[in-house]
Amino acid sequence: MNAPQFPPGSVGLVVPQKAVFAEPLSLKSGATLPGFELAYETYGTLNAARSNAVLVCHALNAAHHVAGIYAEEPENVGWWDNMVGPGKPLDTNRFFVIGVNNIGGCHGSTGPMSTNPATGKPWGGGFPVVTVEDWVLAQSKLADYLGIQTFAAVMGGSLGAMQAMQWTLSYPNRIRHSLVIASTPKLSAQNIAFNEVARQAITTDPDFHGGHYYEHGVVPRTGLRLARMLGHITYLSDDAMMEKFGRTLRSGALGFNFDIDFEIESYLRYQGDKFSTYFDANTYLRITKALDYFDPAAQFGDDLSAAMVRAKAAFLVISFTSDWRFAPARSREIVRALLDNRRVVSYLEIDAPHGHDAFLMDDPRYMSAVRAYYENMAL
Amino acid sequence: MTDADRALLARRPDLATIAQWVKPDARVLDLGCGDGMLLRYLWKERNAEGYGVEIDDANAGACVKNDVNVLQMNLESGLETFQDQSFDYVILSQTLQAMRHTEAILREMLRVGREAIVSFPNFGHWLGRLQVVAGRMPVSESLPHTWYDTPNLHLCTIADFEDLAADLGIRVLERVVLNNGRPIHTLPNLRGSLAIYRCAAGVPG
Repeated sequence: MNAPQFPPGSVGLVVPQKAVFAEPLSLKSGATLPGFELAYETYGTLNAARSNAVLVCHALNAAHHVAGIYAEEPENVGWWDNMVGPGKPLDTNRFFVIGVNNIGGCHGSTGPMSTNPATGKPWGGGFPVVTVEDWVLAQSKLADYLGIQTFAAVMGGSLGAMQAMQWTLSYPNRIRHSLVIASTPKLSAQNIAFNEVARQAITTDPDFHGGHYYEHGVVPRTGLRLARMLGHITYLSDDAMMEKFGRTLRSGALGFNFDIDFEIESYLRYQGDKFSTYFDANTYLRITKALDYFDPAAQFGDDLSAAMVRAKAAFLVISFTSDWRFAPARSREIVRALLDNRRVVSYLEIDAPHGHDAFLMDDPRYMSAVRAYYENMAL
Repeated sequence: MTDADRALLARRPDLATIAQWVKPDARVLDLGCGDGMLLRYLWKERNAEGYGVEIDDANAGACVKNDVNVLQMNLESGLETFQDQSFDYVILSQTLQAMRHTEAILREMLRVGREAIVSFPNFGHWLGRLQVVAGRMPVSESLPHTWYDTPNLHLCTIADFEDLAADLGIRVLERVVLNNGRPIHTLPNLRGSLAIYRCAAGVPG
């Protein structure tokens, strides 16, 4: 039998692991998780000085499977496989990279689908609302568990970048570099509005049952599907969508009914259908809330510069010109707050056409900048 | 100094003058910083900390490679990202002539920095004057572009710049005029191809 062949730069076969924490976790809401588990993956090797660890934080739709493939699911390639691997911008020959599924997630970490020890039933709608601060707190427990005192870097895009930012505030002495990509210091009213429509789609689905749908043997699939379709629109730029789908008709002629006419309709339905088969609606609700609640400046009289006083890390902030979900102006707010505090920061505004999703794409300017930034990182 | 540094200074003679003016441990903002080599030089040789502002993708990427802080922003939209008097020096080397809003950027430089360092090609150099007399737009080592593909918008002579500085209430603290990398002391507006100024805001009132 031949050894499996991997594309160059792939970390190859990976196996998810689980860390179990018996002690309770106090959440920002005031609720407490009696204990929790985190699903995680690692790539590369932790060096003797334990100075080469990089935490990669996921955004809305992803989890701990950042790079590589699973033996039993060869199609399931990690969500940032183009970024992480041997010889890739985040080079696993040099760095020890960790991906972790956040609490409240649906990919193996403690979340709404987990059993509530107090009832013996799934948490469902009873699972607490979690925040970016809570995630970073849980991630710090994983760092302790793995024997990592200080991360060389914490990195993420979008909501993942909010965690990279929060790390510099929650644990300023445990992070040397923060890579904040396609992000914002807080959601705008419009951002929250989109999230609310997504949540309403889920919670008004007759199969939602207040979040206790597991007990009814159903899934609010219609709502989750709509939520994903809506979200997907905000991930792409108008130009990118027009470029990709235009007004192309699926069957070459208008149907004069309410089936699929245009390719974009087909695409959104496909994305929604696919997502609703593997993602948990309760998790989706909680992740959108975590997005809405993120606002480190709130407790500093809305003064982001005052909030960032605590941060000591060096920052690489990157935005994409066509990202209208978290536009470059939002990243510049972060940069400005860092400049006000005389922090080490570089800011790149990549003229990429893809919209918010550009942070997952292979733009050579973006990839080579991230590569150079890691190459210059002293370990 | 590395070979790369030496090569840089040979290529850009104004940078050596600028580097001499920057005091150790200074905070520097370099506008239109190119690949960041001046900042890197000031960091290595003067222990200066600072940021470059650069709009061009390739240059901004080169700055990251050179391990200097770069902010990819458009200078024409001003320096609103920077607080008043937050830098010791704000440098604009050989970029003034390509700026659309000349007065605005000079004012902004002295709002953000205690001192402004400005260098530009001297349009008053005799070679250019001769070419104009001969009925041609000047093309030279310091003004290498033909009229139809030049990025330059606001070329000026040494005399012109000093008039503008006076109009804007900008005090010239120091001036160096170079030709082929050598200082020019007599008839600088005629014999100099490159002018470098260190300026401060005028005394109020």
